[in-house]
Amino acid sequence: MAHNVLPQPVQRLIDEFARLPGIGPKSASRLTFFLLRGAENQALELASALQELQARTRFCSVCFNITEMDPCVVCEDSGRDPNLLCVVEEPLDLLAIERSRAFNGRYHVLHGAISPVEGVGPEDLRVAELVERVQGGTFREIILATNPTLEGESTALYLQRRLAGTKVKITRLARGLPIGGDLEYTDEITLSRALEGRQEFS
Amino acid sequence: MSRERTFRSEAIVLRRTDFGEADRLLTLYTREFGKITAVAKGARKPQSRKTGHVELFMRSKLFFAKGRDIDVITQAEMVAGYAALRADLVRATYASYVVELLDRFTVEDDHNISIYDLVANTLDALTTAEDLLLLARFYELRLLGLTGFRPQLFQCVASSEPILEEDQFFSAELGGLLRPAYQEQDRRAVPITAVSVKVLRYLQTRPWEMVSSLRLKRPLHRDLESIMHHYLTYILERNLKSVDFLYRLRREAELFASPDSPMIS
Ligand SMILES: [Zn+2]
Repeated sequence: MAHNVLPQPVQRLIDEFARLPGIGPKSASRLTFFLLRGAENQALELASALQELQARTRFCSVCFNITEMDPCVVCEDSGRDPNLLCVVEEPLDLLAIERSRAFNGRYHVLHGAISPVEGVGPEDLRVAELVERVQGGTFREIILATNPTLEGESTALYLQRRLAGTKVKITRLARGLPIGGDLEYTDEITLSRALEGRQEFS
Repeated sequence: MSRERTFRSEAIVLRRTDFGEADRLLTLYTREFGKITAVAKGARKPQSRKTGHVELFMRSKLFFAKGRDIDVITQAEMVAGYAALRADLVRATYASYVVELLDRFTVEDDHNISIYDLVANTLDALTTAEDLLLLARFYELRLLGLTGFRPQLFQCVASSEPILEEDQFFSAELGGLLRPAYQEQDRRAVPITAVSVKVLRYLQTRPWEMVSSLRLKRPLHRDLESIMHHYLTYILERNLKSVDFLYRLRREAELFASPDSPMIS
């Protein structure tokens, strides 16, 4: 496609779409032209949703989940077990675990995973905050619910080492999730089994 | 080697990125065709039959279909899973280093079975090796040899005179040892001790079975590592991510020393 025949605002939106995960240049063009031809308020609705996303969400200062209020609804919910903490890589993993209904404790979102291959270290994640939270908290058990991938395993191994001195029981999701899979795509039944079958991690 | 509409090869997973809805884009080093990029559809979903066979460092038998833009993996069957490399942060870091170096030193479609076998054997050895630094040095020297960057350790790179048993200089630019008398041929050449020269020569010319019984002291290990990283960074014109990660891990290891983890420093 000739780059220069497109008006600049069209090209700009295509470029922005193309930067999103899972969207190639073709899908980016398709989405842009769909919005261009669609009813006028459709594009405006999208624009205002994006604006609101920026303006009205933040990280929870306790668990680092995405939230509108700080602390978030999960941290504020007194019906949840304050002694159980589940550590996940991303907010989407938290959602997957919530869907399974097999967990009723607190969360901590790391916002990524340790990756020797990509050079992502613990200081790039919410690890220091986790350690501080565990040291100052009343948790009896920490469930390391990182993905069954190289990065997820590396993160779990690292956290286990970092938290070893705290005397809190550390567990890991049960084996049986295939290596390389993503919690986000794991169905509720498999995930609740993995949670129930969690084992001490050492 | 040109590829048919469908083809197959054993391959090692060097890199992977999330792609599409639940797919993974894989950088593979195949035994038959060298480095290629292919997509594993649905590989992030636990229920996909390819998941569990295309994770990083895994060695798998793969079936491909040639696509319009990109080749597609149609079937995957794991040959070596290397679970031990995922169960140990230090081993995982060295495995990352092995595949990162391979990735940097090769271009797509340039195949070399010796390189494939070197990497497969190195990953095998990584699962149990006691001295990971020694294995890393052995691998570096062999990979350099197979990719046309074999450092010259027996003759002076300026004068072609034989190297005597004394302290020397190592010139990254000239690709090997410089006798002390020729030091001004490369002002950035770094000093290297006679004993380091001896060890590097041994690693360059002996099989791993012999090399693995060497017992080196920590300062010597540090010297060898610094010479090799100096040379590699010069050739690649950049730092390696896994090396930066290893250094970070070391700094932390001093804070959280664990007696059962293998030596990393
Ligand atoms: Zn919260």
